[in-house]
Amino acid sequence: MENELKFHYMVHTSLDVVDEKISAMGKALVDQRELYLGLLYPTEDYKVYGYVTNSKVKFVMVVDSSNTALRDNEIRSMFRKLHNSYTDVMCNPFYNPGDRIQSRVFDNMVTSMMIQVC
Amino acid sequence: MEGLTLSDAEQKYYSDLFSYCDIESTKKVVVNGRVLELFRAAQLPNDVVLQIMELCGATRLGYFGRSQFYIALKLVAVAQSGFPLRVESINTVKDLPLPRFVASKNEQESRHAASYSSDSENQGSYSGVIPPPPGRGQVKKGSISHDTVQPRASADQQEPASPIVSPQQSPPTSPHTWRKHNRHSSGGNSERPLAGPGPFWSPFGEAQSGSSAGDAVWSGHSPPPPQENWVSFADTPPTSSLLTMHPASVQDQTTVRTVASATTANEIRRQSSSYDDPWKITDEQRQYYINQFKTIQPDLNGFIPGSAAKEFFTKSKLPILELSHIWELSDFDKDGALTLDEFCAAFHLVVARKNGYDLPEKLPESLMPKLIDLEDAADVGDQPGEVGYSGSPAEAPPSKSPSMPSLNQTWPELNQSSEQWETFSERSSSSQTLTQFDSNIAPADPDTAIVHPVPIRMTPSKIHMQEMELKRTSSDHTNPTSPLLVKPSDLSEENKINSAVKFASGNTVADGYSSSDSFTSDPEQIGSNVTRQRSHSGTSPDNTAPPPPPPRPQPSHSRSSSLDMNRTFTVTTGQQQAGVVAQPPAVPPRPQPSQASGPVVHRPVDADGLMTHTSTSPQQIPEQPNFADFSQFEVLAASNVNEEQDNEAEKHAEVLPVEKASDPASSLRVAKADSKTEEKAAASVPANVSKGTAPLAPPPKPVRRRLKSEDELRPDVDEHTQKTGVLAAVLASQPSIPRSVGKDKKAIQASIRRNKETNTVLARLNSELQQQLKDVLEERISLEVQLEQLRPFSHL
Repeated sequence: MENELKFHYMVHTSLDVVDEKISAMGKALVDQRELYLGLLYPTEDYKVYGYVTNSKVKFVMVVDSSNTALRDNEIRSMFRKLHNSYTDVMCNPFYNPGDRIQSRVFDNMVTSMMIQVC
Repeated sequence: MEGLTLSDAEQKYYSDLFSYCDIESTKKVVVNGRVLELFRAAQLPNDVVLQIMELCGATRLGYFGRSQFYIALKLVAVAQSGFPLRVESINTVKDLPLPRFVASKNEQESRHAASYSSDSENQGSYSGVIPPPPGRGQVKKGSISHDTVQPRASADQQEPASPIVSPQQSPPTSPHTWRKHNRHSSGGNSERPLAGPGPFWSPFGEAQSGSSAGDAVWSGHSPPPPQENWVSFADTPPTSSLLTMHPASVQDQTTVRTVASATTANEIRRQSSSYDDPWKITDEQRQYYINQFKTIQPDLNGFIPGSAAKEFFTKSKLPILELSHIWELSDFDKDGALTLDEFCAAFHLVVARKNGYDLPEKLPESLMPKLIDLEDAADVGDQPGEVGYSGSPAEAPPSKSPSMPSLNQTWPELNQSSEQWETFSERSSSSQTLTQFDSNIAPADPDTAIVHPVPIRMTPSKIHMQEMELKRTSSDHTNPTSPLLVKPSDLSEENKINSAVKFASGNTVADGYSSSDSFTSDPEQIGSNVTRQRSHSGTSPDNTAPPPPPPRPQPSHSRSSSLDMNRTFTVTTGQQQAGVVAQPPAVPPRPQPSQASGPVVHRPVDADGLMTHTSTSPQQIPEQPNFADFSQFEVLAASNVNEEQDNEAEKHAEVLPVEKASDPASSLRVAKADSKTEEKAAASVPANVSKGTAPLAPPPKPVRRRLKSEDELRPDVDEHTQKTGVLAAVLASQPSIPRSVGKDKKAIQASIRRNKETNTVLARLNSELQQQLKDVLEERISLEVQLEQLRPFSHL
């Protein structure tokens, strides 16, 4: 529970950084490069990566700093998969945007991704 | 025991029950536990049950043999009918209704009992007969023709089902079909089409219980799952356990059928083609689904939008979460709309869920939309997730055959590959270096064949590249712009790979690489043995456009040209030009070749000019020496022209344009040189060798061509040698300058003429050079802009 709270807090604060990056971009065109925001900020334990979709939906990923094997490309691909799964969830007419995502497929994808990284 | 006479119906019913209890498949003895369960379900008081058991002899024997069982059942019927339990009542009571076993799970049994007793049909009674989940069993005992059981709708049946009319649609014909079936007494287990999906929605609640009860009666194997399971979500364990029990307990199982309609469990049980395929949709079901589809979307090849589908399936009263999961399973192409196949799959899943089946994690194969054939697969692959999927409905929709499992299996592969493609394209668009990009090409190779084909000019560029490679390796200078160096080599590799790949790579490669086009647009240069190292850089396509005559050396860097000149000078003049080799000669070659005037003077002048150039740094633009050259040249022009100096001048003239070409940035210098040359030409001694002008024309031009390279100054050994050859030829063709004074006038006039000709030539040269210069500058600007654009991303 403690950890969860901590992560929630970290993600929350990283939102500010994301907003900052978005506003700094200022470009009209949006491409894959811009979607991926990269390392938002590192803390002593974790690194926080950001990604924003075309519709301004933000993905924040927190990884352990000790996981040095994680390269930028892998993070990018993970965000890409997240994005794809998210759009699949969105396509579901039974899903109300804003709800907590309860899609099994989505959860499976996320879990498999996390397992793969660890 | 007492003789037991059973009616046919009773006989059948009892044997069914016996087999139900006979989980050990002994066919002789039933399990006590099961029997007790059954008796409890009979809703008789316990003492009555005990009495029955005693009467039938089980307590004596300690087990229930078939006869005991039958007797017991008969006694149950007796008891239920209200008759006192007597042994003799077994046979005495006539027209005894079949024993009713009522329990929460056994409603069906009672119904079945009633149905056995009477053949009357209740038109409305589908509801109870929803086929049980596969786990429950679709066993059907071989001997029993379930047909007779079908019409279990009798008025006195406790049909929990309300009138079947669902809010939606209830195929009114289905009861009739049932009736028909009931009349049949086909002995065998004939496959029977489902009697229509029937009204689903309203009776669903009852259906669950009904199906299980039916199962209990008919399947004779695994006990119906607790009712809770029906509403539980993804409890795969119960389902799987049911399934595992199924084979063990099934005696005589022809088919397993799932779900679907609220028709009799019997028919449904019979229907499935294989035990392992509980998700197969029967034709009847499919027809029903298609009808439903039509109500929403008249066009069978069209889509049902997500919102309409949502409304429709919400009527089934399943939880939203389950509906969401069903949607995820059935919307195969993830487009937010349902094709006919997808709709049928979704409907089937809903019905299954309603009947207590747990939703699978993955779409079962038989439910996968059969819309891909191999070509479509390719297309779909190209457009992952696109509605290009609409090609599917065009295919024979209603016939759902398990015929294309392989295609369905390829679908996820395609999905993956499409992901690969996505990756590929994303990578290609990233600002990664070429080397990385190359590594990405290989994995995408098998799929790129399907990728949108992109036109690519392979041949010329390939040849070019190879030539360039050759030349480049032989060159002394290294290309200052390394990306350009790498790119051609990469491209040459890529040429061997897919064209699509090449295109993508070409795209990425051509970041600043505008010359990919010009790269390929110089076929004429293929034949040339001179390196075109820089021609492809495409700085000035105009220059490469006019095909130079073969003898013309290809444009190279000014350095190379200067090198040539230097070497030429060294060879011919014997002068020392050591330092010049590595330096771009800044002195534009003097166009007045023939300067009959003071060739001797030229030579020292030239030498000086060259020396001055050598002293300058390679990139420097020593304009003064130019001026100096020119001024000196002018002076010299006035003087007599020497043979040797004539040669010198010619070479120098060549050097000049070459050197001019060396520095694209040396526009000023070039301009000045041009002006100077013009002046020189004007002031040149009339002893210009007229012949020299003509042959001079080619040499300056090819030399000028080297200007085309924007910034590379690669030495061009071959060019040098060729140029020297040309020069030598030119020089040889020039007549010696007349020295005799006596012919001065004529000579002077001749030289004037020649000079004028050279003048015009030089003027043309000048204009061309200036044009080249402009192009080079433009390219430079564009490159700088690109650099600026790329710079911010270096932070990412």
